[in-house]
Amino acid sequence: MGTRFGDRIIKLLSLLFASIIILLIAGIIYELISGSARSLSTFGWRFLVTSTWDPVSKVFGALPFIFGTVVSSFIALCIALPLSMGIAIFLSELAPKKVRVYVSLMIEMLAAVPSIIYGLWGLFVMTPFLQVHVEPFLGRYLGFIPLFQGPPVGVGMLAGGLILSIMIIPTIASITRDIFNTIPTLSKEAGYAIGMTRWEVIAKVVFPQARSGMVGAIMLGFGRALGETMAITMVIGNAPAISASLFSPAYTLSSVIANEFTEATSKIYISSLIELALLLFIISMIFNAIAKLLIRKGRFSA
Amino acid sequence: MTKKLVIEHLNAWFGTIQALKDINLDIEENSVTAVIGPSGCGKTTFVRCLNRIHEVVDNAKVKGNVLLDGENIYSNTMDPVLVRRRIGMVFQKPNPFPTMSIFENVAAGLRLNGTKKKNEIADVVEKSIKMAALWDEVKDKLYKSATTLSGGQQQRLCIARTIAIEPEVILMDEPASALDPISTARIEELIQQIKERYTIVIVTHNMQQAARVSDYTGFFLLGELIEFNRTSDIFTNPGDKRTEDYITGRFG
Repeated sequence: MGTRFGDRIIKLLSLLFASIIILLIAGIIYELISGSARSLSTFGWRFLVTSTWDPVSKVFGALPFIFGTVVSSFIALCIALPLSMGIAIFLSELAPKKVRVYVSLMIEMLAAVPSIIYGLWGLFVMTPFLQVHVEPFLGRYLGFIPLFQGPPVGVGMLAGGLILSIMIIPTIASITRDIFNTIPTLSKEAGYAIGMTRWEVIAKVVFPQARSGMVGAIMLGFGRALGETMAITMVIGNAPAISASLFSPAYTLSSVIANEFTEATSKIYISSLIELALLLFIISMIFNAIAKLLIRKGRFSA
Repeated sequence: MTKKLVIEHLNAWFGTIQALKDINLDIEENSVTAVIGPSGCGKTTFVRCLNRIHEVVDNAKVKGNVLLDGENIYSNTMDPVLVRRRIGMVFQKPNPFPTMSIFENVAAGLRLNGTKKKNEIADVVEKSIKMAALWDEVKDKLYKSATTLSGGQQQRLCIARTIAIEPEVILMDEPASALDPISTARIEELIQQIKERYTIVIVTHNMQQAARVSDYTGFFLLGELIEFNRTSDIFTNPGDKRTEDYITGRFG
């Protein structure tokens, strides 16, 4: 009888804790919607598709920020993904044990570096380097692509994407490494035993089994990139513009919220900023949902 | 008697622990050779040295020669990947590739070898699954995940996967130890059927099994080969006291 009573208590407690999560999310959604009610009713759908951000005449449109957020995160992912995969493969399959330990430690340290330090480094070291070396080079040889046109200013979309990529590499690499490590040795040896090379074992045995977990890791990294504020604010240029060129300055949802919240004086201004937060929240949710879908699709249909 | 494999002064280590000590023995073509011995005696390590899969493990080391048709698989010019295509292996626990279908599991090795024609692959897959005595059970669900099969079926699938690449030697590391008696009997039957075409080395901790399926038996103890002889001789007239003690169940 005693144990059954215990079971019931545990069940109730865990139910309670689980519902706290739901309540928290519901609370956040409620606050975001009620806070942005004024902006929602004033601008409606125009808020999403217009580019004017004018606190003086109280006209607000979020498009450049949505663009800046999604594109910078996407660039980050494009750069971080292959690097992280390489790191994860190296750490789980190729590196000698000693190297493994040290490199893993470094990666975890990279993840622990405060965002502001990345921002400072980005601003004082990376962007000048981009401006002087990388961007002129890209412009000279790949300038026929609109992505690499325009004056090299250093701060801008490319810098933002780069700094984000550095920040999400530890997340993606370490989670992917952990997933690779969970693939049973027996499974890999099955591959070796039929004459697979090391690379074939990675590509045909490890990767397929790690797929859903890898999508999760990628989406976690992407989520971190979407929400990252401090570092990217310092290097992306903070100009609400939509440009095809990676060299030109841009602005992200989180950056504009961080930059302008203290100076938002009118109610509609504050409300618009909260609507930006709501958008950021929704975008994160959408990508999370896509990740879940991909994971489900990736599973073997048995 | 044609010697398929000649093992000369084979030593193996895990880090600083020596798992095999100076093993010398010949394995005859188209025979079944059983490797018996108590747990930890090195029998699994021994077969894992024969297809160079021992060295895949961290810190594992091998010294000595293993001649396959007179050619040393441990010579510098030998590619372990090619060795493993000639010397296949079935593991203790069934390990089909979980993300592949039944068909793909068997086809996987063929695709590596560069066989590209669809119908050719389908033929070999069917032939291999038939030879592994699994065809009737899976012919209607070839494209389902291999993990939907029972343990015994999975193990026969692994045998089919090994057969498909047409190795010359098949190593089996306690292939039936995780299976029920009926599945075990099927695997043993299968060994009898395929030994005409392959040279088989089977590790087993089940002495009855060794007696039933093998032509030759090697008894390992603490990393050493104590005795190697015809199975009938080993079981009726062991030459070493330790072999006798083991097969009569006095230890191990």
